[in-house]
Amino acid sequence: MGTLSRGDVEHVAHLARLGLADEELARLEIELNHILDQYAILARLDTDAIPPTAQTIELENILREDVARPSLPQSEALANAPERDAAYIVVPAILGGD
Amino acid sequence: MPDAGLTRLTAAGMSERLRAGDLSSRELTEAHLALAARENPALNAWLMIDAAGARAAADDADARLAQARADGPPALAALHPLCGVPVGLKDLVSVRGGQATAGSRILAGYVSPYDAHITERLRDAGAVILGKLNMDEFAMGSSTEHSAYGPTANPWDLGRVPGGSSGGSAASVAAGHVPLAIGTDTGGSIRQPAAMTGIVGLKPTYGRVSRYGIVAFASSLDQVGPLARDARDAAMLLHAIAGRDERDSTSAPLPVPDDLLHLPASDEEAAGHLRGVRLGLPREYFVAGMEPGVEARVREAVGALEAAGAEVVDVSLPHTEYGLAAYYIVAPAEASANLARYDGIRFGHAVRGGDVLANYLATRGSGFGPEVKRRIMLGTYALSAGYYDAYYLKAQKVRTLIKADFDAAFGAGIDALVAPTSPLVAWPLGAKLDDPVAMYLTDACTLPVNMAGLPAISIPAGLSDGLPVGLQLIGPAWGELELLRLARGFEAITANAAWRGLEPAGLSALRSQEVGVP
Repeated sequence: MGTLSRGDVEHVAHLARLGLADEELARLEIELNHILDQYAILARLDTDAIPPTAQTIELENILREDVARPSLPQSEALANAPERDAAYIVVPAILGGD
Repeated sequence: MPDAGLTRLTAAGMSERLRAGDLSSRELTEAHLALAARENPALNAWLMIDAAGARAAADDADARLAQARADGPPALAALHPLCGVPVGLKDLVSVRGGQATAGSRILAGYVSPYDAHITERLRDAGAVILGKLNMDEFAMGSSTEHSAYGPTANPWDLGRVPGGSSGGSAASVAAGHVPLAIGTDTGGSIRQPAAMTGIVGLKPTYGRVSRYGIVAFASSLDQVGPLARDARDAAMLLHAIAGRDERDSTSAPLPVPDDLLHLPASDEEAAGHLRGVRLGLPREYFVAGMEPGVEARVREAVGALEAAGAEVVDVSLPHTEYGLAAYYIVAPAEASANLARYDGIRFGHAVRGGDVLANYLATRGSGFGPEVKRRIMLGTYALSAGYYDAYYLKAQKVRTLIKADFDAAFGAGIDALVAPTSPLVAWPLGAKLDDPVAMYLTDACTLPVNMAGLPAISIPAGLSDGLPVGLQLIGPAWGELELLRLARGFEAITANAAWRGLEPAGLSALRSQEVGVP
């Protein structure tokens, strides 16, 4: 199937939001191409008429009554946040200006 | 020094003595804590030992046991047999107020705000949670070397891997630090380490055990299950954790058989169960590259089952050879989506100081280890625009074919399939660390089972050059009880084998320098 160039590896790392060092990118280019080579075996199978299987048990549409229930108190829900201010999680500004 | 031998008892044996009142859970817990604390520097099986929590849980169990004894036999019978019995948890199971690192630096310092469903169930049963066990980062790996907290040693040879990803769970049980541990299995992560450490590991049917509160890897494949030193103990732990939980919409609304608590204690009765069962031997599982010692033990085991009255027939699962490639598309794809949540904003490791994008890149780049990065990259690529049909959709179609192979075998009247668990015995630490594809190939016999959502168990079948070999039994969906009965039957017919009851050799060396074993 595909072959990944160094540029492709950098693009995928960006999509995955992984900040990778040069030597990591270089190693991944080799490793990912080696792994993709293993996928080539799948091309031998004609699957045009085969439906996909997303999961294996026959359960569908598990519903419950739409009623409010107790959930984690705000203080506990925020307790793991790296930065918080009272009832908020602090994040850097995503729009320009201050 | 506590009572010698307490750490060698089975969970069922502990349970009997706890009920009879001639052993307290506190005494039992202290013996296990002492052994775990003494040997963990050599094994690195435990990422955290919660001595205070375990003592409190043991005292609580002792109070429940005393009350039940005072109230009479019906009250004792109403207690779960795990009441007062020590267990260990893989460090991706949430315990309120405690750590859940999933073997990753990115979850260092994270504190679980709630209990996993199975943690609640274990507390209800009265089990004593001793601590949290080492694992490959986010359960991605086959050797426990991908833990951010260092590798775990195999109790049979401290220079070898214990398998993975539930390597800490397997090593702790093999060493007697706990009689029971929880693992998770996405492509073999319970069965393969069980095989490599000479214990029992059961991967239940997808949907049998709730994943609520378990750190997710690949959500269409992940299952939670028991590791134990024998089939009866594994069945007891499965009984405690299985069943419908509305907080995991994939957990099945099916009853959990109480017969899991009544596997035969007598060898004669257990062996009798083997008479007339139809076992299928899938020829594709005797793969190229399988070690001769592994194949020999598996063939001997099949011969023993036949001699005990099982009918063994050759079967073919023709799409087995495609399993590895399909799995290594589906699992990384799902992982790349599940691990998107580790963004340094709401919890976990965080690098700050730049804009949002720079913070994401730095947090994830420094928080994840090399195997997790590799899988996120693979999965992101397989799901990216233009490649979805070629990779992910194709793999999901191949999955249909793999499942159809199993359906055909069970539809033709096979009660269970018999196969090796791993084509290899435990390898030396570091031997496959620089070759991801070689590491992936070691899962060839376990991961088709996850792709099909089926239950399977690995049980000890002897040694090859002094290292344990696992026999895998694969059943139809929801067939855990039958698999455990067959496993118990195999234990019965091999009860007198020379390899039964051997202390793991790596520990013997460690312990010979000590005064005694608690």
